[in-house]
Amino acid sequence: MQMPKPDEAVIARRAEIVLALQSLTNPDNVLAKEHELKAFDCDGLTVYKQLPMIAVLPETTAEVSAILKYCHANDVKIVPRGAGTGLSGGAFPMADAVTIGLTKFNQILDIDYDNRCAVVQPGVTNLGITTAVQDDGFYYAPDPSSQIACSIGGNVAENSGGVHCLKYGLTTNNILGVEMVLMDGTIVRLGGKHLDNAGYDLLGVVTGSEGLLGVFTEITVRLLRKPEVAQAVLVGFDSTTGAGEYVAAIISAGVIPAGIEMMDKKTVHATEEFVHAGYPLDVEALVIVELDGPQAEVDYLIDRVRKQAEDGGAKSVQVSQSDEERMRFWAGRKAAFPAIGRISPDYICMDGSIPRKKLPHVLSRMQEMADHYGLEVANVFHAGDGNLHPLIMFDANDPIELKKAEDFGADILKLCVEVGGVLSGEHGIGIEKRDLMGEMFTEIDMQQQQRLKCAFDPSGLMNPGKVYPTLHRCAELNFMHVRNGEMPFPDIPRF
Amino acid sequence: MDILKPTTTEHVLDAVKWAVSSTTPLNVQGLNSKAAMGQATNIGHSLDLSGLTGIDLYDPDELVLEGKAGTSLADIQEALAKANQMLAFEPPDLSALLAGSEWNADAPMAGSLGGLVACNLAGPRRIKAGAARDHLLGFEAVSGRGENFKSGGRVMKNVTGFDLSKLMAGSFGTLGVMTTITMKVLPSPDKVRTVIIIGLDTAAAVKAMSVAMNSPHEVTAAAHYTVDQTATSGVDRVEGLGRSATFIRVEGPAPSVEARAAGLTDMLKSLGPIDELHTERSTRLWREVRDVVPFTGAAHKADQVWRLSVPPAEGASVAARLKSSVGGESLLDWGGGLIWHRMVARDDAGHADVRSALGRSGGHAMLMKASSQARAAVPVFHPEDPGLVAISRRIKDGFDPEGILNPGRMMRVEQV
Repeated sequence: MQMPKPDEAVIARRAEIVLALQSLTNPDNVLAKEHELKAFDCDGLTVYKQLPMIAVLPETTAEVSAILKYCHANDVKIVPRGAGTGLSGGAFPMADAVTIGLTKFNQILDIDYDNRCAVVQPGVTNLGITTAVQDDGFYYAPDPSSQIACSIGGNVAENSGGVHCLKYGLTTNNILGVEMVLMDGTIVRLGGKHLDNAGYDLLGVVTGSEGLLGVFTEITVRLLRKPEVAQAVLVGFDSTTGAGEYVAAIISAGVIPAGIEMMDKKTVHATEEFVHAGYPLDVEALVIVELDGPQAEVDYLIDRVRKQAEDGGAKSVQVSQSDEERMRFWAGRKAAFPAIGRISPDYICMDGSIPRKKLPHVLSRMQEMADHYGLEVANVFHAGDGNLHPLIMFDANDPIELKKAEDFGADILKLCVEVGGVLSGEHGIGIEKRDLMGEMFTEIDMQQQQRLKCAFDPSGLMNPGKVYPTLHRCAELNFMHVRNGEMPFPDIPRF
Repeated sequence: MDILKPTTTEHVLDAVKWAVSSTTPLNVQGLNSKAAMGQATNIGHSLDLSGLTGIDLYDPDELVLEGKAGTSLADIQEALAKANQMLAFEPPDLSALLAGSEWNADAPMAGSLGGLVACNLAGPRRIKAGAARDHLLGFEAVSGRGENFKSGGRVMKNVTGFDLSKLMAGSFGTLGVMTTITMKVLPSPDKVRTVIIIGLDTAAAVKAMSVAMNSPHEVTAAAHYTVDQTATSGVDRVEGLGRSATFIRVEGPAPSVEARAAGLTDMLKSLGPIDELHTERSTRLWREVRDVVPFTGAAHKADQVWRLSVPPAEGASVAARLKSSVGGESLLDWGGGLIWHRMVARDDAGHADVRSALGRSGGHAMLMKASSQARAAVPVFHPEDPGLVAISRRIKDGFDPEGILNPGRMMRVEQV
């Protein structure tokens, strides 16, 4: 993984930049000492580390605007950062860049039940939103596994998902508006409390833009009424094919469960040892189907999916009889990553999405790759929406194993693309998958995507080196040579 | 004037390359059902996509449908119906509204897949399911640079690269000519019920809709008809009401809709008399709401119609301000968040008054139906903040530097 070469001229101006930033926010918010910067040397992608040149933690939108304006005028790069839980390195620092952290933006500004929305600052945690409204019977739907720590600003930047996406959508389907600051310091508001945009859907494109287009300073999220009840079935199968067929049967019968999760045998065993969820150990695949909604609907559907499991040759079927039991079904799944962490010195979590029916093929190919690399892999799968999380186990202290694990991961993602899937379902591209973008997109595709960046950040100073493998200057991307009249009138039907 | 009618994606590419090289603007069109939407333009050449048709892939188990941009919605809905699935955002058919013609309940859906996405429309289920933009998984297009490009994919969950699908949805063909479109589809509900609260004024109706939408009964649509609007309905129990009606819809398996309709009735019965429609009548009623049927037909042929998107709780007060400033009548959908406003035509379509009726509540107003003269004279799309205009301009320049794709359709020519 190569980052753009640090600009020594900017680094040489470090002291002057620190002073300037200190004049734009409380000087205590400007962090420049090595021990202070240590906390920012990586995000959730911990295999790569780098100290930022400076970190700054502004407190108001006006301060963010002033800081960006200064950096823009002085050719200083910016890396936006939320809670630093991202798994693809979107907030990975640079030696010649200012990391701008939004942790001090931690207020919920407005809860508006009449319009079923809340206006929050970007540093509020995902779970913090639900916590603030749950006593009134509401919640915020997207629930990434890191929801206790991850910030809503980061969720918007990454278009975060969770286990309930098939029914409730990703972040992009659950926000109504943002206030953001562009690289040149311009403050813009996109959307609001209404549902549709007036012109181009800029809110839609800044969501999931991985910090390349601007810094979010305020977010309006949709609130949903908490479902009356939730109930789950835990179903074991002899084969992943059987499990996959079961999931397809549920959906083709017209049911969209709140969540459908699948774990392979290795994950089931690792989590059972860790949290003792009571999972059956004699199965090849375990499926959790959760249904939520009005009592009458859940009662009806839970019976249907239970019958489908029995008819579909399930080895074991359990229906949760209480919320405690439902939580127990989930306990293992939710602890899957740390459970793998217990049995392996290190692991990397991949994040491809595939057409669901390709799962048995992908799993068997993945096993062949595991044998080839001599590494173990466990799989958890958001089966409803096709988002696969292979966990590759390795020892990071062994550089050869690290390299093997990375190559293995890249091979898995290439396989996902080959079967009609994508490189990332919910973790983002960042630096982790940047160099694989060419597997999915042509150079023209990527140039067209980068022209969007040019519209927001013509300077290219906002989070460079992320998402796209080749950095183009906007002047070069926007150049167009028109050869007047050289193309003949096309030979197609005309009237 | 030439109409270029490509039947393959290669032909589309050739046509755009030619247009780029000769800087000839193209009027990009699908089946022309929404030609009267947007800023009026007068573009010499047309790129007619009605010959670029076909469903390339439909996999009900995977909830995915991929088709060519010119494929008719009628064909798509027929294919979906066979597998008991739907485009969940409930695409409206506004052809009768726009033409000022009689609405026909039995007419097949007008318009193409490409046109639907390009205009980012959504019907009553918008409040629950989102709009076209929320169901567009990916696309292939030809940019105004004469290059094929794509974004997104065929899977439900995808954060690979910028989400250009959002940008293409609602861009009215000004950024690229979409050739292939991949949509998420969902199962159709088994049953539908509509709880009707009779006799509320608009303010009370918006409050009632809010109560219903904030309940755990998973309301999938909420709209309000004035007494005059109820009289236009082809649903007997609505037409004969003689009073205003507030409609709350639930959908799902039979036992679920029954229980939820009963729950809503309990919750709302103190507000006024209640009636309930079952699946068949509900389906008809919500098609009427979806297609804004009360504002269609010869009686309203000359009228202008605005479409306002507002915070739902503000719906009644914005509607009241509209009535006092430009006259006419409002129809409220999306629990108050969508206002269709019909008024007697004016040269300037009352655009300043309509937009000031939004007050400080936020939201925006689009002139949906008006003569081409009016749609040339006033900003059809809501004027945006200069910062956003600057970004949109740069996006347009990046995708279509020569300004050959539907120039002037979204931004007036003098702004371009």
